[in-house]
Amino acid sequence: MVKILITLIPLFPLFGFLFLGAGFRSLPRRIVSVTGPGTILASFLLTLILFFDFQRNGIPQIHLIFNWLTVGPLAIGFEFLTDPLSLLMMLIVTGVGFLIHWYSVGYMKDDPGYNRFFAHMNLFIFFMLLLVMGANYLIMFIGWEGVGLCSYLLIGFWFRNQDYNNAAKKAFIMNRIGDLGFLLGMFLLFTTFGSLNFREIFEKATPMEAGEPVMVAITLLLFIGAVGKSAQIPLYTWLPDAMAGPTPVSALIHAATMVTAGVYMVARSNILYVLSPVTQIVMGSVALATAIFAASIALFQNDIKKILAYSTISQLGYMFAALSVGAFTGAMFHLTTHAFFKALLFLGAGSVIHALGGEQDIRKMGGLRKNMPATWWTFLIATLAISGIPPLSGFFSKDEILIHALDHSAWMWFILFIGALMTAFYMFRLLWLTFFGAFRGTDDQRHHLHESPGVMTVPLILLAILTAFGGFMNIPGIFGGNSLLAQFLAPVFAGSKYHPMPVTGISHATEWMIMGITLVAVIAVIAWSYHHFVKREKGFLPDQVHRNFLVNLISQKYYVDELYELIIVKPLLWLSTILHRIIEVGFIDRIVNSFGNLVIRTGNTLRFIQTGNVGFYMFIMILGIILMLFLNILI
Amino acid sequence: MLTLVIILVPLVLSLAVFGARTEKNVRMLALAGSLVEFGVVVAAFIQFKTSCHCNLLFNAEWFSMTMFSLRLGLDGISLLLVAMTAFLVPLIILSTFSHHYENPQAFYSLIFLMEMALTGVFSAYDGLIFYIFWELALIPAWFICALWGGTDRIRITFKFFVYTFTGSLFMLLALIWLFLKTPEPHSFSFGALTRAMLSPAEQSWIFAAFFLAFAIKIPVFPFHTWQPDTYTESPPAGSMLLAGIMLKMGIFGMIRWMLPLTPLAMQQWAPVVLILAVTGIVYASVIAIRQSDLKRLVAYSSIAHVGLIAAGVFAFSQQAMQGAVIQMVSHGINVVGLFIILDIIERRTGTRVIGELGGLANRVPLLAAFFMIILLGSIALPLTNGFVGEFLLLIGIFGTHPVMAAIAGLTIIFGAVYMLWMYQRTMLGSEQVSYSEIKDLTPAELAALIPIVVMIFWIGIFPSFFLDTSFPEVVMLLQYFR
Repeated sequence: MVKILITLIPLFPLFGFLFLGAGFRSLPRRIVSVTGPGTILASFLLTLILFFDFQRNGIPQIHLIFNWLTVGPLAIGFEFLTDPLSLLMMLIVTGVGFLIHWYSVGYMKDDPGYNRFFAHMNLFIFFMLLLVMGANYLIMFIGWEGVGLCSYLLIGFWFRNQDYNNAAKKAFIMNRIGDLGFLLGMFLLFTTFGSLNFREIFEKATPMEAGEPVMVAITLLLFIGAVGKSAQIPLYTWLPDAMAGPTPVSALIHAATMVTAGVYMVARSNILYVLSPVTQIVMGSVALATAIFAASIALFQNDIKKILAYSTISQLGYMFAALSVGAFTGAMFHLTTHAFFKALLFLGAGSVIHALGGEQDIRKMGGLRKNMPATWWTFLIATLAISGIPPLSGFFSKDEILIHALDHSAWMWFILFIGALMTAFYMFRLLWLTFFGAFRGTDDQRHHLHESPGVMTVPLILLAILTAFGGFMNIPGIFGGNSLLAQFLAPVFAGSKYHPMPVTGISHATEWMIMGITLVAVIAVIAWSYHHFVKREKGFLPDQVHRNFLVNLISQKYYVDELYELIIVKPLLWLSTILHRIIEVGFIDRIVNSFGNLVIRTGNTLRFIQTGNVGFYMFIMILGIILMLFLNILI
Repeated sequence: MLTLVIILVPLVLSLAVFGARTEKNVRMLALAGSLVEFGVVVAAFIQFKTSCHCNLLFNAEWFSMTMFSLRLGLDGISLLLVAMTAFLVPLIILSTFSHHYENPQAFYSLIFLMEMALTGVFSAYDGLIFYIFWELALIPAWFICALWGGTDRIRITFKFFVYTFTGSLFMLLALIWLFLKTPEPHSFSFGALTRAMLSPAEQSWIFAAFFLAFAIKIPVFPFHTWQPDTYTESPPAGSMLLAGIMLKMGIFGMIRWMLPLTPLAMQQWAPVVLILAVTGIVYASVIAIRQSDLKRLVAYSSIAHVGLIAAGVFAFSQQAMQGAVIQMVSHGINVVGLFIILDIIERRTGTRVIGELGGLANRVPLLAAFFMIILLGSIALPLTNGFVGEFLLLIGIFGTHPVMAAIAGLTIIFGAVYMLWMYQRTMLGSEQVSYSEIKDLTPAELAALIPIVVMIFWIGIFPSFFLDTSFPEVVMLLQYFR
């Protein structure tokens, strides 16, 4: 019974994809509008049933659907796992996924590729579900690569534009670089543990000593995969480019779900990661660098979606920072609230872009709160949440990460604290420039300004409710809560030897003080940004205006894309030409041909010996006999 | 007996096509005939799977001397390859339907002759028979390319013929040497050859001779330079036969003949071969990135893919060997699929230069969708056939040579680079030229492409059916190393 249920959950979106894909252009829109979100709703409802069923039984289960790949000791089943962690992810994927699908019915209404859009979105949900439901690393990897494919297809959704196609290709290739790391990690897991199943590996790993080289290698390799998928330094540059896709895609794939796959994977492998302090340090460093680096870029971006993209990268850095100090619940908590508020931000941005007829530059917006009240209020809630204003969801999840960071080291806390201030700044800059002041677009746009239809605003409102109250799922003890999410997830992280929940080294007094400092600083930043952008009406100057070196460097995204172009792309193309022209044609093939020519030339030369003169033949024969006799005597 | 029928049907067909007069009749006869052959092979497959699981051995006593006899047999590995051959030939024939060939009787006759020779190579259990079929396969391949190929075909095919033929001669020498070393009475039978008494040095020489023949055919770096030119200049059906089926002869030869006959030398030289193969993977992939001719790009990608298969054979693990077997089949299916797609593109637009193409997906969405699926199989996306093969190959190689596997794994990155580039420049973007009368897939083209897509997902999602077929044989083969 449960097995049928659990099989149906990913099958619904798959059937949706097949139906919409096979129906192609001939399906009427009405059917697509029902099927597209409908399959996801069905999966969500089934997931809810599964969730409540699990709440009653509470026993993690593995369901084998069929044997997929078997070669000797390597036996991979198509098997699904239901445990708190996968259930949480399934709820996010199908729940937020459904809301975004629903919203898309309005957003993509006039697009000629309407069917294709929903087909690919459904396929994405299918692969994402495989990723989070798989009971072994290989099924996870199917989802892992599959979501990469859907990301590719949806970034390049408007495929007439080669810039978008380049962005799509870049995303796929950068993900594949990470995937190679993931693959090698799996190979090493298999040679070490003789299995790829979570249960077997974790059981065998639990008694191991921390710091074994093989564990370091495994976790580092898997982490490379996470770096690619979750857009961390150095493989993050694909995510801002990925904004080429339709905005619901950015909300679903590049904010709420796919990019958090790396966080989920590390949390899932928590037992392996706590055994490898070296990886924890590497992960922590990458996470902190990414969190602050991406936030700094977001400060000076003018494209509404690019700001949100860099914000996503930065927030993912927060999650990895939490993972690196063993705060797995903290990471998953932030992953969840981030899925709510970042999806909401993207959909809100989509609503704005929709109203402005495709405009994405915040300098050309302004004053929209009067025209778009629903978008404005929901966007405000999301902005307050991501900035960490209580009692919205982002406050609780970010606070948990900050406290754990402080427990680990003061420096870590400080970097994340600065990052939090930057977050408040770039988010409120976005908010002020978009919704406050005078409208700075064209007259034509002004006349067409409108609030989005209900099909778009209702999902916004639902997400806003989740954003506002989502934090209550894990109220810490300091507020008299009992950390429900932590309790729920506890069995998943129970095997980890280093298990710092609840925080030990920090007293409640310190915690109150830290919270207070953060809050006051954030509010100060918000106030200052209001003064700067709304009162003094600064910040919407065109690009040409002279800026100092640092600002220029940051607004050019530190020239990282240019750097990669220079040190990787160009040399590779150059190498390709060299190998082809010089090694292939000029050397290897020339040797082959010269062998051929040698034969022909030898033949041509020897031809002249055959003169037809019997006397000459006799002469050669006698010469030969003499030579043989001579050799005979010699040897 | 069934094994003999499998070889005889194409032989009969190669004569029968001369009975038809018009080109249309020849085609229909060829298609029907190839389907009959496929039916026979399916029957053999069912027999193998259900009843005996034995080798379907056939030994023609009436044609038997002590020296050699017509020993034929199909085990799990060769059955898969024979099945692949019988599956692909009808599709290749279907893909020729929109072409006009001068002298169609001869053209289809040569295809069937090649099918017979290839099937013979895969089922030979006698060294001399193997050699005869091996060389026999070259002749129709050469004629197809030399008579119906592109402008530079004579020079290119001459090189192809001489190069591969030279390699094969060394194999003949090795076989004769082995024959002389078999216990009295001397015999070319597979069993006798495996019992040949060889010193380690002799094994190395025999190995080298075999390797040269196989490496040129596969082709393994640096013996590959005949291949891109030949694929490019061949008619589409020729490229499909060569890349899809014929190059598997080399890998099959390594598994069936080299491994049991020279296991010691194979182990000894494995590091060298692995280095060559892995170098070839990276080398060919990097070159493929900048190719402007679609066929040449696929040719180089093919070198990279088969390089990985060759490397897997030399990893001596169950996973890698199984991966090699299933990837031979998958690669055959995918590369034929790609060549069919490229042929359609070339026929529709009159060019296969990447720079002159673009935006086709606007006009021919169905073609674009099929292209994407085959491409995904080729770049080894999970749940497609390519992934099963490459995953098993890489995990198998990793067990013994982790660094090699890591380098070979670069293929999954490079594969994405050049394949997506090719797709983007042909299918996506805005229309480069005004393709005024461009049509989407015809029924014949769909009939050729749908089976390929079905196989891509069948092998990708339910690989057990195929893996189980060859597994006992793979286990047995690896016992030569214990």
